[in-house]
This record gives sequence, structure tokens and C-alpha cells, in this order.
Amino acid sequence: MSEIKSTGTSQNKTTSPAPPQKREVTLHINGKNTTLSLAPWTTLLDALRQYLGMTGTKKGCDHGQCGACTVLIDGKHINSCLSLAVMQQNKEITTIEGLADGEDLHPVQAAFIKHDAFQCGYCTAGQICSTVGMLNMKKGNSPAEIRDLMSGNICRCGAYANIFAVVEEVKEN
Amino acid sequence: MKKFTWVQPDNIDEAQRQINAVTATIATGKTIQGAAVIKAGGVDLLDLMKENIIAPAKIVSINALPGLGKIGFDEKSGLRIGALVKLSDLEENAEIKKHYAALHESVSHAATPQIRNMATLGGNLAQRPRCWYFRSEDHKCLKKGGTKCFAQEGQNQIHGIFNTEICPCVHSSSVSTALVAFGAQVEITGAKGKLRNVPLAEFFVSPQVDVTRENILERGEIITALTVPAPPKGQKSWYIKQAAKESYDWALADAAVVAQMSGDTIKDVKIVLGAAAPTPYRATAAEQLLRGQKVSEKLAVQVGTAAVEGATPLAHNAYKVPMFKAIVKECVLNLV
Repeated sequence: MSEIKSTGTSQNKTTSPAPPQKREVTLHINGKNTTLSLAPWTTLLDALRQYLGMTGTKKGCDHGQCGACTVLIDGKHINSCLSLAVMQQNKEITTIEGLADGEDLHPVQAAFIKHDAFQCGYCTAGQICSTVGMLNMKKGNSPAEIRDLMSGNICRCGAYANIFAVVEEVKEN
Repeated sequence: MKKFTWVQPDNIDEAQRQINAVTATIATGKTIQGAAVIKAGGVDLLDLMKENIIAPAKIVSINALPGLGKIGFDEKSGLRIGALVKLSDLEENAEIKKHYAALHESVSHAATPQIRNMATLGGNLAQRPRCWYFRSEDHKCLKKGGTKCFAQEGQNQIHGIFNTEICPCVHSSSVSTALVAFGAQVEITGAKGKLRNVPLAEFFVSPQVDVTRENILERGEIITALTVPAPPKGQKSWYIKQAAKESYDWALADAAVVAQMSGDTIKDVKIVLGAAAPTPYRATAAEQLLRGQKVSEKLAVQVGTAAVEGATPLAHNAYKVPMFKAIVKECVLNLV
């Protein structure tokens, strides 16, 4: 069992526990192990962006409603804002930064450029990770299913038609 | 989010030793020394913490407890789903799709693919309601130990149309709508491994019993599994969810119909409405109309009408009445 020991003092010792200490958290991100000193309330999203400078993953709503923070855990797409970093040890985390093979873009990334499937680009990393997650699940076999399965990612520029074209193309290939 | 400590025990006894509160109690503002609550997928829990609805001092992750992540099916004993099974795993399960179509449908339309990859079945059953007053830090409503229900006279579009007198919050687990219709049971493990099996319909608590909580879970109790009876011969089922958006939205109305058919005649049937009442709502008068009958368009319409008999919609949600009529009718027609 792992436990974060409480140390230090609290403002009111009779009603609240002492603030907990940071602990070492080892994350396996994009094929590499990284050990960070994190407080348990650090979300995976904040660990990526604030502690590792991996700003490809975006913070939108921070409540699991927009999909901008989507990353892959063991190949499955999740909202990194609703996940604590400490929960994701011993798992394979893939972010947008880990999809390309050196200079060669991942086919989904290349298709997003080909179809001009973004305007401001803020939702794009999440859209791409969701597309990859859907391909991993071997799903998206009809236009209705693609729309349903991509519904966890919101694009306020409204690039949906082009994103849809990307998904249809990568499904075929 | 407020600060907390995090532990992940690898056995259930240790988890129960650590847990000393349920989220419902701390949401009422009652002070519990070092309040320690369960976390499975953490989806609803972290959201409540980010909204400042609860601030537990300790989170006890049950993700390392052994044996809670499996789905088992046997044609004689039925279905057993571990509490930590993810909604996406339920969605992918071929036997559920084959034998329990309404359950498959309800899971497939819950939240988003990302959330289905994180959310567990146990957590789905134990999630708190989506009432915007309950989810607002600024509204000290009945559910949070206050003296007023803001939904009664406020914005109540998403609220219930049955049993609305005290707190018209609807239970937000649409998966439960299907599970109750299948007669599912919840396996709850208490201290010293003591098990109790409770029909899912009785797992939920109405506001008359206790407005501050939605289920019977006591401090330290953990949902360990959910069981669904073996499908009787001729079982057919369907589920429909209606929301403001085609996908990625909470149900405004959902319905599950589970029938035992003999040819095209209905021998027995359960009809359950979700997002209609504080707990999944059995439409017994509608069921009675169907028993022993052959499905027809005319009968399906009558069943839809009977399903909303006695509804007491609020100022802004009378639209739900025709919505339920329509989806119940469609579910019934889908049986044949």
C-alpha cells in the first residue's frame, strides 16, 4: 500500500488534518519514465503542462466536458483533467507529443493538416488523441457512430465537417 | 481542489479501515475528522471536489483491490459485473450485447467515450445528481443540509416529473434505468467482509427517506459487484435515451423495457423510466397493459400514455411528459 504521509502544521489542528506532503510519482509518458515530486491533488493534465512543460495537451473546461485535455492511457482515450497523476503510475501515457515517429507525423496528424481540420487549433490535440483512441478500439464504422464517438471533443470554431472527413479517411486506411 | 492525502490499499479490509465517510455526509457540511472517502474512477468525485461541493481530507482509491474488474456470464447463473469494470468494457462485451440489449444501449449512450474509458460501474451507480443547484457552491440546498430546494421555484427543466415534492433531483445513472428493468442486484461488502445483496431498485433512496443521499451505502461499505439474473427464454429488451443533444449529454428522459416474450405475445415485462424521479421509476400501470398482449402500434401508444400516468411536472419540464410517452412507445415497438 502506498500512502502520502501528512507532515507540517495546519491552521486548525482540531478539525483539519495537516497539509499532505508531495510524493514521488513516476509516469511513463511517450515511451519514457519521468519521476516528479507531486502533490496528490495534481491532475494528470497539470502534471503534463505545469511540471513537464508538455503544453500540447490543452486545458479547456477542466471538468471533462470539452475534450481538449484528451490523452491515451494504455491506448484508450481519457480526460486528463479528471484524472490524478498519482493514479496513472505503471500505465503507458501517450500525449499528442508522442504520436509522431521522429519527423514523420502520425497518419491522423497528417490527415488533420491535409483536410484543414482546425482553425484556432486549441481543441486539435484532443481531437487527434480521440481519433487515435477510436481507431485503437476499431470503432467508427458508420457516419453516425463516428459522430457519436467524437462527441466528447468540442470545437468552437466549428471545424467538425473537416474533422469528420479526417476520421472517415483514416478509418478507410 | 482542496488538499487531500491519497492512499491506495491493496486489500478490502485495509480500504474499509481507512474509509470513514460517504460523500453525501460531507456534502451536507457535517464535519468529520479527517473525512476519508472512496474513489474508483474518480470522475464524479473529482468534479465535485473541483466545484467545492465536497473537500475530503483523504481519498481512498479502491483501484488496487483484487477481483473487482471482471465481467462473467453464464447462461444459467447470469451476469456478474465487478464494481471496477469500466463502462467502455461493458459496452464492448459481446454477451451483454447479445443477452441484455437494453443494458448495452444504455452504456453506449452514457457520457462520452473518454469518460466511459474512466468511469466504473460502481461509481456510475453511486454518482451524485446533476441538479445545477446541488452542483453550485452558492446554493445551500436541502441535499447539502440547507433548508430550501431552489429547483421547486427556480429553473427545473432537467428535474423530475414524479415524486417532486421534496427534492425533484433525478438520479443521473442512465445505466441504472436498464439494470433495474433487468432486476439487477447490488453486492455490497461491509466491514469484516460481510456481504449484502440488495435489489438495485432498493439501493436507491427517495427524498422522503433521506434527502441528503441517493443510496443506502453506509460508511465503509463498498459496492463490489452487480449481478443480473440469467436471461429467461424469450427475453427481449430495448432502451432509448432522449437528451438535448444526440450524444454527449445527460438524459432528459430515458426508458428501458425488458420483456419475456412467447412469439409476439408478452408474458411478463418491466418498464423503467430514468430522469423521471429521484430514483429509477417503475411504470407498473403501463406494464399491466402489456402483460398477456400482442404488441401493436395502438397498444404501444396506450402503454406510453399509461407510463406517465400521475405525473406532476414542474413549471419548466412538462415537455418531458410527451417525451416519455414517445420513447416508451418506441421501446415497446422495438420488442418485435
